[in-house]
Formats: sequence, C-alpha cells, structure tokens
Amino acid sequence: MNAPSPRPRGWTLWLPLALFGGFVVLVLFGLFRPAGREVASAMIGKPLPAFELRAAVPDRPGLSSRDFRAGTGAGKPRLLNIFASWCIPCAVEAPQLEQLRAAGVEINGIAIRDRQEDVAAFLARNGNPFARIGADDLSAVQLGIGSSGVPETFVIDGKGVIRYQHIGEIRPDQVPLILEKLKEAKR
Amino acid sequence: MKRYLLLVLAFWAAPLAAQDSLPPAPYAYRQLDDPKLEAQAQELMETLRCLKCQSQSIADSDAPMAGDMRSQVRQRIAAGEDPEKIRAWLVERYGDYVSYSPRVTALTWPLFAVPLLLLVLAVLLLGRRLGGKGRS
Amino acid sequence: MIAEFGLAALWLAAALAGLQLVAGSLALTARGKDLAGIVRPVAVVQGVLALIAFAALIVLFCQTDLSVKLVAMNSHSAKPLIYKLSGAWGNHEGSMLLWVTVMGLAGGFVALVERRLPEQTMLATLAGQAFVSLGFYAFLLISSNPFERLNPPAPEGQGLNPLLQDIGLAFHPPTLYLGYVGLSVAFSFAIGALVTREVGPAFARAMRPWVLGAWIFLTIGITAGSYWAYYELGWGGWWFWDPVENASLMPWLAATALLHSVSVLAARNALRAWTVMLGVVAFSMSMVGTFLVRSGILTSVHAFAVDPERGTFILALLAINIGGALTLFGLRAATVTEGERFSVVSREGALVFNNVMLSAILGIVLFGTLYPLLAEVMGAKVSVGPPYFNPVSAIFAVPMLLVLAVGPLLRWRRDSLARIRWSMAVPAALVVLSAAGLAIRAQLHILPFIGLALAGGLAVASVLPLKGRNLARVPLAVWGMVAAHLGVAVALFGMASESAFSVERLVAVRIGETSEVGPWRVTLGGIEPVAGPNWTALQANMAASYRGGAPVEIHPQARSFWAPPQQTSESSLLTRWNGQLYAVIGDQAEDGRWQLRLWWKPFVTLIWFGGLLIALGGFLALLGRVASDLRRHIARGKIADRRMEQGR
Repeated sequence: MNAPSPRPRGWTLWLPLALFGGFVVLVLFGLFRPAGREVASAMIGKPLPAFELRAAVPDRPGLSSRDFRAGTGAGKPRLLNIFASWCIPCAVEAPQLEQLRAAGVEINGIAIRDRQEDVAAFLARNGNPFARIGADDLSAVQLGIGSSGVPETFVIDGKGVIRYQHIGEIRPDQVPLILEKLKEAKR
Repeated sequence: MKRYLLLVLAFWAAPLAAQDSLPPAPYAYRQLDDPKLEAQAQELMETLRCLKCQSQSIADSDAPMAGDMRSQVRQRIAAGEDPEKIRAWLVERYGDYVSYSPRVTALTWPLFAVPLLLLVLAVLLLGRRLGGKGRS
Repeated sequence: MIAEFGLAALWLAAALAGLQLVAGSLALTARGKDLAGIVRPVAVVQGVLALIAFAALIVLFCQTDLSVKLVAMNSHSAKPLIYKLSGAWGNHEGSMLLWVTVMGLAGGFVALVERRLPEQTMLATLAGQAFVSLGFYAFLLISSNPFERLNPPAPEGQGLNPLLQDIGLAFHPPTLYLGYVGLSVAFSFAIGALVTREVGPAFARAMRPWVLGAWIFLTIGITAGSYWAYYELGWGGWWFWDPVENASLMPWLAATALLHSVSVLAARNALRAWTVMLGVVAFSMSMVGTFLVRSGILTSVHAFAVDPERGTFILALLAINIGGALTLFGLRAATVTEGERFSVVSREGALVFNNVMLSAILGIVLFGTLYPLLAEVMGAKVSVGPPYFNPVSAIFAVPMLLVLAVGPLLRWRRDSLARIRWSMAVPAALVVLSAAGLAIRAQLHILPFIGLALAGGLAVASVLPLKGRNLARVPLAVWGMVAAHLGVAVALFGMASESAFSVERLVAVRIGETSEVGPWRVTLGGIEPVAGPNWTALQANMAASYRGGAPVEIHPQARSFWAPPQQTSESSLLTRWNGQLYAVIGDQAEDGRWQLRLWWKPFVTLIWFGGLLIALGGFLALLGRVASDLRRHIARGKIADRRMEQGR
C-alpha cells in the first residue's frame, strides 16, 4: 500500500486567497478612481507636424503649420481648435471660444470631415471666433497631432510646439485654465 | 400606405446619428492592388486599435476615423513604408494604447514576466508532483 | 398584478434561501439534527419560486407591459414575439433574475435527485448553495429590482438594441447561464466537502455529473456566442479576446480542468486538493466574470449596464463568497490528504499536466484582461488583445494538445511510452507529413501552421482509444471522451484554416458588375428597399457561383431600426462543406457604386462544429455515467428486494 504523499506546503494553500486579495484591491481602484475614456495625445512637448490645409470657408484663409510660427505674432501662443459642424459639444463651447477671442487669443480652427456649406452654416449659427480655418477631410492632421475626437483644443506656443491638450468642450469654468496654459506657453 | 411610407423613409434614414457627411477616405474600403502589400497592410490594421470604438481593431470597425486610419496605413504601405515604422508613427501620437501588439516597455513588462513566471511555476509544480512520486 | 406577483415570489424565494442556509448549517450540529429533514424540500420549493418569478417577467415582456420600468426601457410593442421573449434576459436586471433562477433550480434539482453523498456533506452543500444565492437575491431585490413599476406608464418602449434582435439572443445567454451558474453546484459541493472533510472517490462520483452538465451548457453557450458575433458584427471575426468574451472563457477553462480532475479523483483517489480548488475556482471565475461585465471598469463591445454602484455591490458579494471559500480552503485543505501516488508516465500524470496547463492559460487570460486596469491605476493606457493572447496562450496550449494525444492511451498509475509507441506512430507521422506539406506549399504564420499540422494527428489520436475494442461494448463515457477530443481537433483545424486561408475582397461595384473572391464569382443583381416589423433596409440581390457552378441567390441587407435608431449590417452566408462565403453590403459612394465586402473562409464552420462536438462528447459521457448509476441503483434495489424476500 502506498503511503500518502507529503501534504501541500502551507503557503501554496494561501496563495489563491492572496491573489484574490490583490484582485479586489486592483478592482477597487478601478471602481472608485476610474480613468476617463479619452485618449490623450502623446505629442505634448513635440513640434506640430508640417501640414497645409485648404480654406474651409471662403471668408477665412486656410491653415498651415507655418501660421503658428510666422508673422508679427512670432513667439505668441495660439489655440488650435479641432471641431466639426456635425459635433454637438462644439456648438456648446462656442461662447467660451468667443470669450477667449475677445481676450485677445488667436484661435485657428480645423474642421474635420466637413462640407463647406455645413461649416458656413455652423459658423453662422454659433459665431466665428477663428482667424483661420483649415479643412481636414481625411482626418490626416488630426491623426498627425494625436487628436482622437471633436472637440479638442491645443495650446501651441510661438515656436510651433504643442504645449497642452484640452479634450472635450471648453466649459465656462475652464476658460481661466486655458488662459493660464497660454501664459505658461509664453515661456 | 404605412409600408410605402416606411420604404420612402428607408432612403432618408441613413444620416441618423451625428456623423459626418463626407465620403469615406479613398483607401478606407478599398484594398491595395498588390496582394502582398495588402496582406501586410491587413496584418498591421488588425493590430491597431480603433480610438473611437469600445474595443475593436481598425480592421473591424465602420467608424469614420477608423476608415481614415486604414486609408493612411494602406497609402503608406503602398508608398513603401515599413509596417513597424507606421505603427511607431501612431504610437508616437497616441501612446501604447493604439497598438495591440505587445512591446516590452517599462509599462508592459509584467505582461511578459507573468507568463514566464507561470511557466516556471508549472515546471516546478509538475516536477514536485510527478518527479517525487511513483518510484514504488 | 403579475409584476407584484413575481416580486412576491422572488421575496419568498429569498426567504426560503435564508431558511435553507440556517437549517442546513444548524443540521450539521448535534443539537440541530432534527432540522435536516426540511432542508431538501426547502431547496426544491425555493427553486420553483424563483422559476415562477422568472416566468412572471417573461409574461410581462411578452405582453409588453409598459407600466413596468424594465419593459419600458428594453422592449417595444412592434418587436417580434421571439425578441420580446428573449429580450427579457437581454438586460442587466433580467439576466440577474435568470442567474438566481438557474441557481435555485440547480440547487433544487441537486436536493431532489442526489442520493450518493453522505448526509452531512449534502446538508453542507445545500447550505453553501443557499449562502451564495442569498447574496444574489439581496443584490436583485435591493439594487436591481426587475419588477419596478413606472408611474405613469410609458406610451411606448425604448426598444431592444438591434444587435440583440437576433435568434442568437434566444440561445446564447440561457445556455451560457445554465453553464456559468450551474458551476455553482460544483462550488457548493467543494464547500460541503471542505466543511465535512469528505473528499474521496464517492464525493467525486457524486460531483461529476453536475460538473459535466454545467460544462456542456457552457461549451454550447460560448460556441453560440462566437458564431453569433461572427455573423452579426459584419467583419467575419469570431473571437477577439474581448474582456466579456474572456469572462465566459475563464470559467470554461477552470471547468474543463475540474472535469478531468474529478475523473482522476473518482477513479484513483488522487488530486484531492486540486479538485476542491478547481471546484471553488470555476464558479469564482463565473462571479468574477459577471462582475467585470456589469461594473463598467473594462471597456468592451459587449458590456452591460455601466454602473459602479452595482459593481461595488457585486464586488462585496465576490469578496464574501470567494474570499470565504478560499479561506476555508486554506484552513481545511491541509487536512485533506493527497491520496494515491502515480508515476509521471501514467494517465494521472497526463491529467495533472493538463490541469497545470489549463490553469496557466486561465491565469494568463485573467491577468491579460485585468492588465489595462492595472496600467490605468499606474497612470497610463495600454491595449491587450489578440496579438498578445494568441501567442502567449499557445505556449501552454500546444504542449497540452500534445499530451492530449497521448494521455487517453496511457494506463492508470504507471505506464511506459514504449508500450504505445506503435499506436502513436500514425498520428506522429500525420503531423510530420502535414508540417512538411504545409511548409512546402504555403506561406503561413507560425500559429496557423502549428494548428494545421497538429489537427490531423490530434484527430487520429483521439479515436485511438477505440482501437482493438469491441465497439458495441465500449462504454458511453469512452465514446464521450473520443467525441470531445475529436471536437478539439476539428475546432483547431477550423481556427487555423480560417486564419491561414481566408480571402477578403473589398470592392465598389455598380449594379450588374461581377467580383471575384477565392473560387467564387459574385454578381450584384440589384438593390431594393425592404421593410420588416420594426426596421427598413436596403437589400442587395446578389448571385454567387462557385467555380462556375449554378449561381445561388444571396441577400445581404443594410438595416435601419428606428426604436432605438441604429443601423446594423445583416450579412449573408453561403455554407459549403469546405467553407463559407460571407457577403456584406455597405454604403453607396457618390459615383453610384455600392460598397461590397466579400470573404471566402475555408473550413471556418468547423470551429463551431468542433465546439458542438465537444459538447456532444460531454453529453455522451454524462449519459453514460447517469445510465450506469441508474443500473447500479436498480441492481441494488433488486438485491435489497431479494434479501427481504429471503428474510421472510
């Protein structure tokens, strides 16, 4: 008759419980400190990729990467707003963009996958705070700067480097934050 | 009468959601002419994540942004770019999230360490259970 | 009225679960022994009451009673009846009610028919079942009441997600839940065994049919879900290692290991601690799965209600149930002695290897599924998907498959590979020949290559146990094993073939034009609008001909539902013995051409046939065990009768 084998060592018996404990801790983090669903751009701190977009509407010039470095405003931080006429939160943030423009901020826009008439109608409805608007029909520039949705607003400093990304619409209480980030980008 | 109305509605029912109205990107739904390049592109697309979907690769998604990404991938492959360079280009913009292909980085090393650990554990367990036994 | 009636039945069932727990626990003590008699009847009545509550919900959905909140949010009066019915469980509350109903019925069924266990273990088992049920009853009644009223009643329902308005919803959740929740019986058995320290062959023989039954349903449920996703989502993918898919795979992996472990325990009185551990782990994985799906902490195409509050409740249940069971295991398992010894090369050895590999794959799937959450906690986002899971699980799956070929041929306790070397020659030769042929004729990636090379040899090896036996006298259980292992080989072949040989064509065509995909020529005849009960669609009338044969009509549709407003793509499938043509109609471009997506997928249906074959194998094994148990029972009865007569 075979003798019974040596009993399983103590620690192996408690291992499953320990692993379960780890699982519970991890999951509690997930429940109470949920990360958002947005995907942040990894291009913060890197220069804008070179691009050239045609004008989205007749009464504003098109947009290129040079416009963020050129002209008398060289050294001046600007906002790059990614929007679309079919995007509802973009209409919601229109007053805040107008507020920023009135505060002297230069806002350049990129319209994603939009027809000229739709963009014009959107601007007529919600106001036009943009100095220039480029038409990005294939989301090429959007992909190039690491944006994954609309609306998003980027702070670009005077050297053409991306300094800050704001995902989603700019709410009224977030306007001071944007102004703060613009000031930081001067340095 | 109701049926006829429904049929008419069918034609106008398309732009229901808040979607853009432009056509898809040129290579979003069009394959490359060279089958070898297309296979390369397809393989890459199956490992890139659709950023606007819940959990799908860009090869499996109808979202317009996924279509734009597919078009970019195909055009770059057709121009002769290496698939891993295209992946690196996207990871540079969106971080590791956009790629399903595992890389060993400071962030993902446990994903490789754990299977290795399990392999070692398995060998140990089997060795102890089977090796010490049955010499009767 | 019906809603209140259902709610009352649910409360009553919960109360009886409480009674079952108290009576069952007290009956284990010396003082409460008299309570033992009521535990079984209480368990049966509890199951019946839960079923009545569930039936009430079904009736409410069929009548589209819009004064009930759940119906108003998930149903619509214009929906076809089959989807009204299956829509009852197509939402969080309804599926939780299905969960407790299956738990109650399973417990009641065990109480009714299980006579082989010692009485103490039986009582502990029923008490354990009641304990777990009580938690879920509480969850339902407190935070997910399916019978909540809406005042005033809604004028019309919000409708069921169109992706769910499909026959798949009638099959996939019920079979999955019968499997998932059926494993609770194994869990309770394990608890009962730990409490009464009765872990032996008798225990294993009693537990085996219950594990088999749950496992069969789980296999069918996963197979059905995979096929449903394949034809419904419109891109021809059948498995994506999505968190919810993994949530159903993990209990299956544990249950498969448990199944094999229980056989060893029943036949050879070995692997006691393993068997009890796996019994606990299998249902724990079910509970973890339901938590992951309903709490919203993981992004998934399939995720249910996203509600952290409910998630916290389920987490509490998990902590109590799994934590309690694992603590019990830690305390008691040391006193469960290990049992008989065996050599490395023996059937036990092969099964231990199988267990360890399956557990390792389970660990990998669990870790990989949770890893994005871990990364988020550390402040970054990563994606873990097929490029990780496929190769890493293959590292453990391939050795396991190799042992699968050899294991059933080995004898118990001690054997030698030399004895079976001639039997193994044929499968081995097949593997080598396939590998050589594939290497020469095709350019394959490593994983499909391994799969295709192994599949044939595996298939032959799985029928080898029948060699040299009188087929009429082979026990059903052995036929079951052969069928199940053959199913694995068949499914493997299907998976590898689909991965290696699928051809895809994306074309933009005008009406009347023909496109080619693989050996097919597909012509777009016309596009016409059609209407259904709650949808309208643009239907493409296409003719497909295989290698110049007679054309067959196929009609893929692009559907628009209006309640809720959503578009789906209804793909068209043409199945032959050697594969499937998969056709999808897309949007019309501005130049008037229509977007077509066509696939030719050789042998893809073998994936699901393999799955069903595995389930059939389980069914045959179950039938065999139950039949032999009945025969033994009848024979014992006859002996007892004869003794009584002789005694007279």
